[in-house]
Amino acid sequence: MKFAILTFPGSGSDVDLYHAIHEVLGQEAEYVRHTESDLSDFDAVLIPSGASYGDYLRPGALALSTPVIESLKEFAASGKPVVGVGNGFQILTEAGLLPGAFLRNKGLKFRSGNTKLTVQNAETIFTSEYEQGQEISIPFAHEYGNYFVDEQTITELKNDQRIVFTYANDNVDGSTEAIAGVLNEQGNVLGMMPLPDRAVEEIIGGTDGLPLFNSIVKRWSEQNVSQA
Amino acid sequence: MSAKHEPTAKQIKEEKLYRQMGMTDEEFQLAEEKLGRLPNYTETGLFSALWSEHCSYKSSKPVLRKFPTEGTRVLQGPGEGAGIVDIGDNQAVVFKMESHNSPSAIEPFIGAATGAGGVLRDVFSMGARPVALVNSLRFGDLSEARDRYLFEEAVAGIASYGNKIGIPTIAGEVQFDQCYSKRPLVNAMAVGLLNHEDIQKGVASGVGNTVMYAGAKTGRDGIHGATMSSSEVSVEEEAELPVMQAGDPFLEKLVMEACLELVKSDALIGIQDMGAAGLTSSAAEMASKAGYGVELNLDFVPQREKGMTAYEMMLSESQERMLIVVKNGREQEITDLFAKYDIEAVAIGKVTDDKMLRLLHKGEVVAEVSADALAEDAPVYHKKSEEPAYYKEFQSMENAEPVVDDLKGTLKELLKRPTIASKEWVYKQFDTHALRNTVVAPGSSAGVIRVEGTNKGLAMTSDCNSRYVYLDPEIGGKIAVAEAARNLVCSGAEPIAITDCLNFGSADKPEVFWQFEKSAEGISAACLSLNTPVISGNVSLSNEVNGVPVYPTPTIGMVGIAHDLSHVITTEFKNAGDIIYLIGEAGMDFGGSELQQMTEGKISGKAPAIDLEVEAQRQKELLAAIQEGLVQSATDLSEGGFAIALCEKAFGAEGLGAGVTINGSAVTALFSETQSRFLVTVKEEQAAAFEAAVKDAVKIGIVTDQNEIVIKGENETLIEGSVDEFRSEWTGAIQRLLNPRA
Repeated sequence: MKFAILTFPGSGSDVDLYHAIHEVLGQEAEYVRHTESDLSDFDAVLIPSGASYGDYLRPGALALSTPVIESLKEFAASGKPVVGVGNGFQILTEAGLLPGAFLRNKGLKFRSGNTKLTVQNAETIFTSEYEQGQEISIPFAHEYGNYFVDEQTITELKNDQRIVFTYANDNVDGSTEAIAGVLNEQGNVLGMMPLPDRAVEEIIGGTDGLPLFNSIVKRWSEQNVSQA
Repeated sequence: MSAKHEPTAKQIKEEKLYRQMGMTDEEFQLAEEKLGRLPNYTETGLFSALWSEHCSYKSSKPVLRKFPTEGTRVLQGPGEGAGIVDIGDNQAVVFKMESHNSPSAIEPFIGAATGAGGVLRDVFSMGARPVALVNSLRFGDLSEARDRYLFEEAVAGIASYGNKIGIPTIAGEVQFDQCYSKRPLVNAMAVGLLNHEDIQKGVASGVGNTVMYAGAKTGRDGIHGATMSSSEVSVEEEAELPVMQAGDPFLEKLVMEACLELVKSDALIGIQDMGAAGLTSSAAEMASKAGYGVELNLDFVPQREKGMTAYEMMLSESQERMLIVVKNGREQEITDLFAKYDIEAVAIGKVTDDKMLRLLHKGEVVAEVSADALAEDAPVYHKKSEEPAYYKEFQSMENAEPVVDDLKGTLKELLKRPTIASKEWVYKQFDTHALRNTVVAPGSSAGVIRVEGTNKGLAMTSDCNSRYVYLDPEIGGKIAVAEAARNLVCSGAEPIAITDCLNFGSADKPEVFWQFEKSAEGISAACLSLNTPVISGNVSLSNEVNGVPVYPTPTIGMVGIAHDLSHVITTEFKNAGDIIYLIGEAGMDFGGSELQQMTEGKISGKAPAIDLEVEAQRQKELLAAIQEGLVQSATDLSEGGFAIALCEKAFGAEGLGAGVTINGSAVTALFSETQSRFLVTVKEEQAAAFEAAVKDAVKIGIVTDQNEIVIKGENETLIEGSVDEFRSEWTGAIQRLLNPRA
């Protein structure tokens, strides 16, 4: 399976994603620069965390002006999986591929650490390797991690079971309904603020992020076997 | 100011205008001699910047020369952007610590952020990829609003820079004392990794090779920053200071990635950061080190502002700029390489064989000075040194135990002292896990990262108890090095080298210079005993507010190797039933202790004694035991002594407590700061092997599964309470100090 890892000027965790996909999962991964305009070769697209364009204007906002965004939209429309973590999630909301927007953390300070998430929907293409309701431990690091959606959208998200992860104990940064990760309507675009790519090895951050990537690979393998 | 309004050479001399640039009469005379004529305005600027203490180490050099700088692992000692130490497998670790004290006292967010940026450039200009940041901070005790503001903003500034550039901050320390009120110390250390063949140096060699400028445009910011940071800042003078340079982590990230690609190119001859004194220092130093000259045409320097003079361009300290020398004819590929990262790289000059730094501007030669005269021939001062009166008085005092009525209450008071309290408020703001290799994050003895592609770890720490250094600079210097080494050993790593950041008051004060000399002697002695040479460093003099110097604070940044990640251990208790051992006996060492400061409101007496042979032996034995897998957790005893270390071991563990019995006078046993001591836990079945390995270890109790800390004396219970009761004092204490009304 071939993953594209989008890189924007200032992206930081592109190397984390590459490490998770290539070294830990043993899948094919390739960096795709913001200047590229064709993603059709890839089976999945990952958007890393970090501070694209230095978080100037609004985190994720300036990435929108790059050529790769149009092809990202086409890729998402084709139904193939897209995951944005941290800043990648912010870019997806700025691009309109996911609902909502980001506010500064309630405490107004950058925060990092490990947080407990509850898997609210284990029947997505990203979470099939988790148990419904499972509690997982995932690192996070953000200053604008306060996810905001309006009431109408919340109702839709709930009705369609598009809330994938919530903060289990402490919603310190103030996200609406403690949302940590959401899906788009088609269910093929996932955004999450915590960083599963930092939880793929026991010695560093634990392994609770692995099932997410494994879920994507598993589904792709099943589809490709059935097509063969 | 346009060039034609600049004072003439004659005016500069007659009106002594050089004094405004921080030059003495003698220095100006020396410059005139070196030049063989009167320097013009730009040339005077070049001399004054490069002959500042910050660039030339003119006052500190005679002392710094005494540091041990050699060792089997050392690939690059002091003199380049950063030092380099071999770690095996064709890899090396590159590190350096730098101060950004003056800017942080004025504009703490920008000042602190810029400090992190500068030291990162020192590391990647050696060809190394930065992998971790460490910071060492000193602030007033947070009782005053100004200090709370400085502290909060400086931490946010460091966080902003490190987090945005995506390099984890994995270790550091913060201490609070009123001697730093309004004059904080902000020391940042960067650590990088490289393969031996990628080592770069800041040299401009090969006649006809091209000098290129890469990075941010040059503006009028930070002009004469090097001179400014070599002089004392009085609070009233702040308004007159020049526009401060501001860092841009986004730009630095791009410059860094481009430079790390550049170092793989065979077109590259030399590279150096435009740090203090900007274009002047980088050009003169690169030429001087290589034994060549450099000619620059300032018309080609990318400029942010209109009408900049040669003087302004040469002395600007705009951030995120690199000076690069490349093979003649290869300029376009370098420009293309940088363009890929949206960074401008342009040719601005060439390497010559006449050893001169020659500057052209608008068709005229505006400066022509020997590069060696600027970079090498700065005057060297042997400053007057005098033992201060206070030292004699303190040395004559007998060691005494502070009077304590309520042991438990005292422990709780100590736990919420900001120097002892949890630093979570600080490090939660740092992205401690960027770059996916953080094995031990802040909160333990040292930070540890994995060396990617290997099963080795790099441990790092920064330490300096300046109260000890003030009471006795030589002993304090020894302790700073020893404590750093203890922190690495307690993490399972072998200490390999140090960088230092020597923060002192004005070297013109004989008492301050005496502190400087003596502490350097102590550092040298400890480095020799512990086999940790000095590979890089920084001197920050004139840390004074209104004439009062801060405590002498020679901060030690130390790096060690964990030869196998399985050796890495942390502070907190691991299992109920493990045996608790204390290594080293308590003596009546309260001079400069946290308890003395707390109970008496000041420090006095002798600093705790240290025997480097005992220190080295204990460290060696403990490290060997850890490497053999005999130790579950380890921590050294530092501020607050035994009781604090025991509490910290319980705080990090969920649902574990301790029951111990200690001997001797209760106050001494609980709170003294006797050196070379450790508290470790060992599995019962490994106890015999551990005792055989570490001869000074004494069994004092066990880890329990009760949420309780019970400390018994010979006849009675001294302190008893729930872990939560103690932890609640320690956690959040800094936040409560920052929001006194909350």
